[in-house]
Amino acid sequence: MNSDIIIALLAAAVQSGTPILYATLGEIFTERSGVLNLGVEGIMITGALSGFLVAKLTGNPLFAFFIAGLAGSCAASLHGLVCLVFQGNQVVSGLALTILGLGFADYFGTPFIGMSAPGFMTLEVPVLSAIPVVGAIFFKQDLLVYFTYIIPFLMWVFFFYSRYGLSLRAAGEYPAAVTAAGLNVVAYRWLGILVGGFFMGLGGAYLSLAYTHLWTSNLTAGRGWIAVALVIFAFWKPGRAVFGAYLFGGVMALQLRLQASGTPIPSSLLLMLPYVLTVGVLVFSSWWRGKTDEPAALGANIEPAE
Amino acid sequence: MVPIRIVKRQEPLGWSSCFVLLGAITVSLLVSGIFLMIGGTSPVDGIITLFSGAFGSRFAFEDALLKATPIFLCSLGVAIAFRLQVWNIGAEGQFALGAVGATWMALSFPEAPAWLVLPAMIVMAALAGGLWGLIPALLRQKLKTNEIIVTLMMNYIAILVLDYLVYGIWKDPASFGFPMTPEFSEAAVVGRIGSSNFSWGLVHCFVLGTLLWVFLRFTRIGFEIKAAGDSVRAARYAGIPYDRLVMLVMVLSGALAGWAGFLEASSTVNRLQPSIMSGYGYTAIVVAWLARLNPLFIAVAAFMLAGLRVGVESLQLDLQIPAAFGGIIEGLILLTVLAGGFFSHYRFTRRGEHNE
Repeated sequence: MNSDIIIALLAAAVQSGTPILYATLGEIFTERSGVLNLGVEGIMITGALSGFLVAKLTGNPLFAFFIAGLAGSCAASLHGLVCLVFQGNQVVSGLALTILGLGFADYFGTPFIGMSAPGFMTLEVPVLSAIPVVGAIFFKQDLLVYFTYIIPFLMWVFFFYSRYGLSLRAAGEYPAAVTAAGLNVVAYRWLGILVGGFFMGLGGAYLSLAYTHLWTSNLTAGRGWIAVALVIFAFWKPGRAVFGAYLFGGVMALQLRLQASGTPIPSSLLLMLPYVLTVGVLVFSSWWRGKTDEPAALGANIEPAE
Repeated sequence: MVPIRIVKRQEPLGWSSCFVLLGAITVSLLVSGIFLMIGGTSPVDGIITLFSGAFGSRFAFEDALLKATPIFLCSLGVAIAFRLQVWNIGAEGQFALGAVGATWMALSFPEAPAWLVLPAMIVMAALAGGLWGLIPALLRQKLKTNEIIVTLMMNYIAILVLDYLVYGIWKDPASFGFPMTPEFSEAAVVGRIGSSNFSWGLVHCFVLGTLLWVFLRFTRIGFEIKAAGDSVRAARYAGIPYDRLVMLVMVLSGALAGWAGFLEASSTVNRLQPSIMSGYGYTAIVVAWLARLNPLFIAVAAFMLAGLRVGVESLQLDLQIPAAFGGIIEGLILLTVLAGGFFSHYRFTRRGEHNE
């Protein structure tokens, strides 16, 4: 293997890691507010289909990307409705959302299988892309990848240096204190669900608008679940999520390359790699027990006040 | 201010929660009707086709019973795990490995008589499914690894193991390249009861369901599972070995799903092929929740959702609706049932009214 191949592989790792990164950031945002949303897979695929259809209809991928985020928020709002309003079990509601989202995308997407839509192309950043190695890996990507270079930082600033971020984290950590401070816990949890869902939708849209450029069935292929696992691996910190997502991107890119190179390893075993890695990563995080920021009230509903 | 306030009920609603369930299903059907309309089908035609396709003929009834069998067994497994607050989402994978285990026995002993090969298949299926369930239980117990994601990832892995086998070493040389194993020997097939169209699988379900009910209701361990599910802390305090219960329940849960996999391979298709994975493991979760984890209700709910699948098939044939429509209805039912639970636990009173 020469260095060109390695650089190409790393660039591909960044690209395939990006949808997972969007989704992981979204789930971090939601979980920080104390809501466990296991519907990521369903929300992502909803975003993927909405983005694809809007891009096909309007020819404007950036607008489509934005709409996909809104579609993600809409899908996530069902979770909010069930858990925040009707006190349903958060685990089961997330699962239901996944079943519903996958059904929704297949139902409306079937006629479009194999069709393509206008999407995002590589956009080299002037000057930066000329840096040896780093330029080729990070700055010869599409616009949506560049967004993810800023979002984790913004999210970190929001969480740790803004009043709203503090309250949102408190809603996940110790809701009673938020109520005592005269703030509305449920409102902050809604914020967590809607903004989180927005990012999950974007992650899905990355798949259809920048990764494949066409609609296929089962486009997300478990990436939503990988994102849920990555939140734990990232200890709920946006910065660490970047490493986790690129690690998975790397494995997926490697798997595709191996398949294309005609290796004798059966494809079903290659396809297994990301899932085995997910289990590995989870076992590793639970064994290592670093300084995790797991919200203390994660998954617990707020009972309606008397 | 709104003159209505929400009060928690002292006791959750009993029988009247049936109405909540009916309401939830009605809402789900209405919303699915809207989806049909968006897709360009008349919702009235759609719902009628769905119901007549599901329950309108003898053939449909038999087909629904056949499909209800694996759903019922998976759902029993899911329900005992859920009862202990262990989130086993892995029925799908345990089902796949059960089918693999059973197939391994059937292919290894093509000459063996039925009384030998069928029990071997069952044991291997239950063992494979049970072990697949034990791994996440061990990880959860030793390292506190999140069992939801581990069981889910193990679904993907198990299905790919199945693919690996049927595309590779177990592929039938006479299958013209289709991914499937050779057909099982006559002895390795779970047949029909007498001259009827009902599979012996139904009897398996009945026996296993009854055994499980007796186990949960009348044995010490069954009582411990119920107590620990109500409150883990209280159970630990009372000296109930919670960790061992978790392992037992996960193995049992996996074994039941594995048994379902055996039945699907042996009584429905008589061989192993990727198409046996049609999401029964996920439907089982919907069923378990719909039935409030009660074995008897699970039987009813399994039959209903199996009927739904049959109905969706006729929608697909008659009105060219994608099969994914079934997923939409299942997801909606689960969401509305979850939301409906609110009305069993809370009630509304006028503000200012006196409450005890």
